[in-house]
Amino acid sequence: MSTLDQGLDAPERRMYWAVTDGWTVARRTLTHLVRQPANIAWQLGFPIVSVLLFGYVFGSAMSVPGGGDYREYLMPGMFGMTMAMGFMNTAYAVVLDTTKGVTDRFRSMPMAPSAPVTGRGLADIVSAGLDLLVLAVTALVIGWRSDGGFWATLAAFALLLWLRFALIWIGIWIGLMTPNEEAAGNLFAVAFPFAMISSVFVAPSQMPDWLGAIAAWNPVSSTVTAARELFGNPAALGDSWIEQNAMVMAVVWPLVLTLVFVPLAVRRFQRLSR
Amino acid sequence: MSASSHAILAQGLQKRYGEKHALDGFDLAVPQGTVYGLLGPNGAGKTTAVRILATLVRLDGGRAEVAGYDVTRDPRKVRRRIGFTGQFTAVDEILTGRQNLRMFGRLFHLSPARAAARADELLERFDLTEAADKGTKEYSGGMRRRLDLAASMILAPSVLFLDEPTTGLDPRGRNEVWTAVRSLVAGGTTVLLTTQYLDEADQLAERVAVIDHGNVIADDTPAALKRRIGGDQLEVVLDEAVDLPVAVQAVAKVAAGEPEVDEESRRVTAAVDQRVSALTDVARTLQDEGIGVEDIGLRRPTLDEVFLRLTGHRAEASAVGDQEHTEVSA
Ligand SMILES: Nc1ncnc2c1ncn2[C@@H]1O[C@H](COP(=O)(O)OP(=O)(O)O)[C@@H](O)[C@H]1O
Ligand SMILES: [Mg+2]
Repeated sequence: MSTLDQGLDAPERRMYWAVTDGWTVARRTLTHLVRQPANIAWQLGFPIVSVLLFGYVFGSAMSVPGGGDYREYLMPGMFGMTMAMGFMNTAYAVVLDTTKGVTDRFRSMPMAPSAPVTGRGLADIVSAGLDLLVLAVTALVIGWRSDGGFWATLAAFALLLWLRFALIWIGIWIGLMTPNEEAAGNLFAVAFPFAMISSVFVAPSQMPDWLGAIAAWNPVSSTVTAARELFGNPAALGDSWIEQNAMVMAVVWPLVLTLVFVPLAVRRFQRLSR
Repeated sequence: MSASSHAILAQGLQKRYGEKHALDGFDLAVPQGTVYGLLGPNGAGKTTAVRILATLVRLDGGRAEVAGYDVTRDPRKVRRRIGFTGQFTAVDEILTGRQNLRMFGRLFHLSPARAAARADELLERFDLTEAADKGTKEYSGGMRRRLDLAASMILAPSVLFLDEPTTGLDPRGRNEVWTAVRSLVAGGTTVLLTTQYLDEADQLAERVAVIDHGNVIADDTPAALKRRIGGDQLEVVLDEAVDLPVAVQAVAKVAAGEPEVDEESRRVTAAVDQRVSALTDVARTLQDEGIGVEDIGLRRPTLDEVFLRLTGHRAEASAVGDQEHTEVSA
């Protein structure tokens, strides 16, 4: 037996390399952010423009059921929307790696097989954290405040990231099913309604009944509503069960999504070797 | 290491995609330290074969050993001993060349210091030191391919797979990559490279396996293969069709076989052994006879002709109508 293999396949070494390799892959994506800061600007451009558009242009015409300032209501929605649309970044990165052969190169190497996925997830969470930071600063500048206290505020951001975490698996799954870069551009057509038909901009109670029901059951709504409650912002709670239990559902929805989409994503990944 | 002295051993490989047999009883035995060419048109099964041997795709039947380990039972051990360069250049486009190699070095489980040192060595060796800190987006096709090669050489693998390493490159990029591949070979690495170009196999490979419909249909040295096909072709195109009989006579004197005549295009073609003397002899004879010559030259057999000869059928869907490429050394 050659020294090349010595001890490398032992379980404790495998664990070590799974973590180390995952971190190496994550660092690659984080280096992208450093080398292409303009990308962050693009990524944040949409929510920031939305804040200005909805907050200032339409904001005066918008009312929050149950009272409260619309801009206060809108900000947690913007945070949620940015998390919700984030799955496109994951999917796009996966499509690029798969079509350009980087995924194959990884698979031909003796690295931990889980690393491309864990690394992707870690990097996406870190970059989502950065997104939230930039958005929160923007929000503070235009006058948004959290009245919930330190721990509640932290919990709200944690719930937002928890949603983003669940969407990583959907992003990977979709990315592995998307044939090429051009097709990935069309993902916006999925992401847009997913983020919009929710309580991000208006309360479901203000929508036609059927649409309101869909919006209320959208996982994005539960997260956004829970964040509003934790921030102490106007939440415009409806009477439906799903809205009344937003806090629980903000934990449950992402868990369900994760449980469903991790196996789907793993299966897709394994199909690469068919 | 097992007792096998073969770096690559494939026996009866089967791979189906639905109804399609991508590989159908594919056999290959590559001795250690050789450069082996896998030659075939588009769709012949080259990529499938290489991907199975590089542990990327499961086989449906048969068995394969690479660097002494079974690809199905010991994929990790195989992966520690191979380098893989796929059909498309797989480097990170946003990172610099140096960052790419360091990342891959870490993923091959070198320490950070070792990975950095190895990156510098490889940049130097593949002549990329100057561009080391530029984003690879700014690289030329040839440079990117060389970085790709460097990335697959990080562990100094004993077996290297190169899938169409020069397809899509301009002649300069192709030459750069050829030089890089030759330098690997000097280091004793076993290389299996696929190509659609006979002259690429000729330039780089000691032996060539010709593959068609997922099967190896010939396995020989490039020189022997060319002999079987009839070697270089002498081709004369006349101004006037009436002069054809004289030209045929002149060509027949130097030809290895029967000259072929195409009246309509006023063309005489024949396989020749003595390339240069055949060309000058015929040119002189035609000049002495005062016959107008529109064109005269030597032509390498194209892959199409190799196929026609070996299989009796034309290579379907082949991307080879690439005259320029096969004529470079004529
Ligand atoms: N993933 C796949 N799904 C379906 N058919 C495939 C797949 N990969 C290869 N094939 C088919 O198998 C045959 C061999 O393909 P390939 O190995 O890519 O050939 P080459 O590399 O020589 O061009 C082709 O007919 C191709 O269409
Ligand atoms: Mg191919």
